[in-house]
Amino acid sequence: MYELTKVIKDYHRGREVVHALAGVDLDITDGEWLAIQGPTGHGKSTLLQMLGGLDRPTSGSVVLEGKDLAGLRESEITAIRANAIGFIFQTFNLIPTLSAQENVEAALVPLGVSTADRRAMAASALEGVGLGDRLRHLPSQLSGGQQQRVAIARALVKEPMVLLADEPTGNLDEETRDDLMALLEDLWRELRLTMVIVTHDSAVARRAQRIAVMRAGKLAIKQDTRPAPAA
Amino acid sequence: MFATYLRRELRRRSRQVVLIALGLALGVGLVITVTAASTGVKNAQAAVLHSLYGVGTDITVTQAPAAGTGGPGGFGFGLNRGTRTRPAPGTKFTSDRLNPGQLAPLADSAVTKIARLNGVAAATGSLTLTDVSISGTIPSFGGSAGASGGSASGGTPGSGGRGFITPNVFGVAGVNLTQGAIGPLSSGKITAGRTFTSADASANVAVVDANYAAQHKLKVGSTVAIGGSTGKSTSFTVIGLVSTASGSGSDVYIPLLRAQQLSGLTGKVNTIYVAAASATEIGGVSKQISTVLPKATVTTASSLAGQVTGSLASAASLANSLGRWLAIAVLVAAFALAVLLTISAVSRRVREFGTLKALGWRSRRVVGQVMGESLLVGLIGGIVGIGLGLVGASLVNAFTQPLTAAVGPTTGSATPGGSRVFGGAGQFGGSPGAGPGSAFRRLASSQTVTVHLTADVTATVIIAAVLLAILGGLIAGGFGSWRAARLRPAAALAKIA
Repeated sequence: MYELTKVIKDYHRGREVVHALAGVDLDITDGEWLAIQGPTGHGKSTLLQMLGGLDRPTSGSVVLEGKDLAGLRESEITAIRANAIGFIFQTFNLIPTLSAQENVEAALVPLGVSTADRRAMAASALEGVGLGDRLRHLPSQLSGGQQQRVAIARALVKEPMVLLADEPTGNLDEETRDDLMALLEDLWRELRLTMVIVTHDSAVARRAQRIAVMRAGKLAIKQDTRPAPAA
Repeated sequence: MFATYLRRELRRRSRQVVLIALGLALGVGLVITVTAASTGVKNAQAAVLHSLYGVGTDITVTQAPAAGTGGPGGFGFGLNRGTRTRPAPGTKFTSDRLNPGQLAPLADSAVTKIARLNGVAAATGSLTLTDVSISGTIPSFGGSAGASGGSASGGTPGSGGRGFITPNVFGVAGVNLTQGAIGPLSSGKITAGRTFTSADASANVAVVDANYAAQHKLKVGSTVAIGGSTGKSTSFTVIGLVSTASGSGSDVYIPLLRAQQLSGLTGKVNTIYVAAASATEIGGVSKQISTVLPKATVTTASSLAGQVTGSLASAASLANSLGRWLAIAVLVAAFALAVLLTISAVSRRVREFGTLKALGWRSRRVVGQVMGESLLVGLIGGIVGIGLGLVGASLVNAFTQPLTAAVGPTTGSATPGGSRVFGGAGQFGGSPGAGPGSAFRRLASSQTVTVHLTADVTATVIIAAVLLAILGGLIAGGFGSWRAARLRPAAALAKIA
């Protein structure tokens, strides 16, 4: 699925150069669940942005399904994001003026889905995350856990290949976190998603097949529980 | 999704939307009001020029008399003219003379010459004359009879004779009946009776100014006495009354041929009215006329407009300078406010737009969303602005006093229908040939016209105002969109790391 080779990302902060990613090599297989842990400011989110095509590496390659995201035009990367990648953010990032259903529909807009189909698909996705009775609710009328469920529905309604989640449980209490992670795990299994979750929470990370740790822009695999490939 | 998102977003920041829309509305409203007022002033100016100048006339040609000439002789009371014999006290006298005033006569051929010039659609000549009649009784006093009517310097007529004479002065215009479209009668409207026909060319018939007729209790069928070069009057039958703008034009209009015969100016005119083939040819025609008639004074509507003074000129100045700049200043401020608030709104929605881009929204869709919101706000501002503009125009109409306009001062000039200075010809007891402006002036040195300013809001102005508001929205949306388009999703979502 993903093949990252010597990915370097430098930022300029005034005259200072910050090496957010200092040569990351990583392969992510189809249907894998990878958790990335590490201290704040060591490059976890930067790595997630590279995987999602939200930013380009300074050097190195980020290959998704045979295409190097670093070499694609902006419109091509936008199309990949629209079709193949779902995002979940720590702060949910729902559009405050749109209802739960409309927020989910927003993910289908770039795909040119008709209004009627959009509504039906959004309603179905929300029912899938247990919010079938909250379609018309605005984000401000939902709890944190419900908002994150809407975000999950929005990420998955277009049936992406990859789900990228940045601290998806960071703003939730333990009970809600566990409910949400159980939901994500079910969806991962059901939809055979490739899932990458950045998290500080070891309880969340432990659910993944592999755990990688980012430290000073470098990535190290800490745990790998993937089943051995068939001989 | 576009419309829903747009509507919800505008509702969310309704205060800001109201502020931007009101700013644009104020600017648009001011533009409409000022434009309407300015148009009203222009229309008023046109009405003034129309009344002073004549419909269809683009250029008038006149000529000041040569220095030392003053037209035909003065009044000798019809008694032993040219002698020093003093009439006996108690002798009654009467005299009615028709004088060309301060305008020098021009040959009929000048009209033909002008009519043949390039760019001239039509030309006609007329005689602008002044009828001065006096009557009274010779008193018993020791002065010379020749000086009994006053001084030649414009002193009170009859001052030496203790008011024993009764003067009557009115304007007479000889009208060319074959060119009704231009000329002194063209700006008038017949309110009773009829106007001239070609059959009236040699008839003693007159069309009288309605105001003059009301003052002198004249009506269709009445007779009016018009003097001649010999001092004897001829009766003219009133065939129609004509309404012109207040105070403009002559008092009595008669056929040109009769005016020429009575004034002793056969084959002469003293005002030539010219219509150019098109507005762009007026300048060229003026130059040609100046070449053909080098001594003539050539007056165009624009040069006459430059001489308009009075509260109308003040209103024009107010509308054109202060009003225009005020409207521009408010509009610029409104645009700036709209731009700043839109950029501020986009800045607050950085994460929102970043999220949409992460979802796969193209930049142009995000830009379209911002532009749509700004355009709608601009449209709301434009609609409210039209309302404000209509209210403003109504207030202008309701509270503007009638405006006055005068052409002049033009002492010695030959502006048609403008400053009419009577002198030179027919001084009361003065010596003939003293030159223009030497003896008698008619009431005022300039002609005053009263007009009512009507600030009309036209469809063009409304469309322009809506376009202006949309432009405001486009500018604001353009800046906001530029900011949104440059947004990199990673930077927008950086806070979530």
